[in-house]
Amino acid sequence: MKILVTVKEVATVEDEFEIEGTEIAGQYLGADLNEWDDYAIEEAVQLQEDGIADEVVAVTIGPEDCEQTIRQALAKGADRAVRVWDDALEDVDLLDVNAKTEILSAVIEAEEPDLVLSGVQAGDDSFGATGVSVAEEIGFQWGAVVNHLEHDLEDGVASVRRELEGGVEELTDIELPAVLTIQTGINEPRYASLRGIRQAQRKELNVQTLDDIGVDESTIETELELTEMYEPESESDATVWEGSADETAGELGELLRDKGVAQ
Amino acid sequence: MTDVLAVADHRRGDLRDVSYEIITAGRELADETGGDLHLAVISGTVDDFADKLNREGVDAIHTVDHGEEFNHDVYAQAVTQLYDELAPQFIVTPNSVNGLDYAPAVANELDLPIVTDTVDLEADGETLIATREMYGGKVETTTQLEGDAVVTIRGAEWPAAEGTGDAAIEAFDADIDEDAIGSTVTGFEEVGGGDVDISEAELLVSVGRGIEEEENLEMIRDLADALDATLSSSRPIVDNGWLPKNRQVGQSGKVVTPDVYIAIGISGAVQHVAGMKGSDTIVAINTDPNAPIMDIADYAIVDDLFDVVPELIDEFQ
Repeated sequence: MKILVTVKEVATVEDEFEIEGTEIAGQYLGADLNEWDDYAIEEAVQLQEDGIADEVVAVTIGPEDCEQTIRQALAKGADRAVRVWDDALEDVDLLDVNAKTEILSAVIEAEEPDLVLSGVQAGDDSFGATGVSVAEEIGFQWGAVVNHLEHDLEDGVASVRRELEGGVEELTDIELPAVLTIQTGINEPRYASLRGIRQAQRKELNVQTLDDIGVDESTIETELELTEMYEPESESDATVWEGSADETAGELGELLRDKGVAQ
Repeated sequence: MTDVLAVADHRRGDLRDVSYEIITAGRELADETGGDLHLAVISGTVDDFADKLNREGVDAIHTVDHGEEFNHDVYAQAVTQLYDELAPQFIVTPNSVNGLDYAPAVANELDLPIVTDTVDLEADGETLIATREMYGGKVETTTQLEGDAVVTIRGAEWPAAEGTGDAAIEAFDADIDEDAIGSTVTGFEEVGGGDVDISEAELLVSVGRGIEEEENLEMIRDLADALDATLSSSRPIVDNGWLPKNRQVGQSGKVVTPDVYIAIGISGAVQHVAGMKGSDTIVAINTDPNAPIMDIADYAIVDDLFDVVPELIDEFQ
């Protein structure tokens, strides 16, 4: 069985930052592997360790700068990686779900995996829609917000739990091939070992353009335009206790006694 | 076209709150486009649901009587066919776990753009202006698109529709292709009963990502002991396996309403806030004065939890 994991390098933002136009100023940004994708990688690697998967392929859409991040997936155990990038994507400030669907679907159709794992959402743009959209595009079954996957995948069925709201889980059987969007907490993502990091440098990282994967530039024209970005107005009317830790802890202590919840 | 088609959400025989909120959001949009608000309710006891959903502002309710519980293939097929029949400008669904399990498929099938987790919507002719958050709520953005679209709305952002409506209720005869249904719900399970019910606690000491390491949790346990409080947490602590699921406060965990909720190192993601905003008094201890938790806190200590918590333990030991 072949598993494909979609991964994304996301931008992280410092507590204090400035906005320039519709972007956060570069000096306040960092880059990291999308948290949800980290769990998706771990799930795929565990399936490989359990003898279910023969091959784990990581796929990303991103410029050369993100190779360090995608190599994290390789260091954690993915066998090889595909990175799609194109000059046509360079100036797009918000790659929408449809564009991502076109690109990822083309890669998946070429790779023909049995199972695609994708993070529920990306920590930066938070659309949470690409996995299901891709499944529909390529005619795979799907399940969104999966927080448990039975690893036997018996008879070509993935038995999953979907995490609903309010502490309820839905048990669902999904026929393969399928796309599952993976929720945090499904497993405990590993740290890449030093050996894994060394090995990752030698693993195949195949760079493809839109042309290479057979996607026409016009089909990924993004329909969403980011027109404004601003810091949400603080609605805080909290009483902020000032002073040393000793003093502020004292204020809180007094409050707890006043409320009668602690002595 | 100018109409709006909104889709209700229900689970295990009950309409979810967002089903009434989506009427409000859909009505506002329909007022701006100058069209009608159509509501769809799919699967379950649809006639009963339709009666309950017949509130002010709804022009028509389309019932799709097929199966008991949510199945994304049934929803996707029914909504796609309703779009073909009604030709609305916007399809609006909840940004719920189930909404996110079919809305993207509908958008892709219909070749429409999708914009998810919106907190405000405006329409101006062909243009939709959607407000949403990025970077975990650190910024708000407006996104613009032209023409028809699928939009998902965040729960609790619009008030629930009230009053009694006079919508036309009609059964919609969706042609559901059973062969295309590739997933089957086999059951539901409540998670995290366990030793303690955090929803009963009067004083919750709740800890989040700011605690950094599992061993630091000991300090928070000491605080909970010193205060004779109950220990709870935000999602990352449970994801890390540091506390069991029954301690998780939030949208996918427990809803709590203690007298005092002390949020320690919790930034206050919307999913967490959904579970604790009903607390009587909220105290936040956080180094970031702009963290979203500050918006709902009654009292705040902007300081390092590793300095403040030991002082508080000292005071009560």
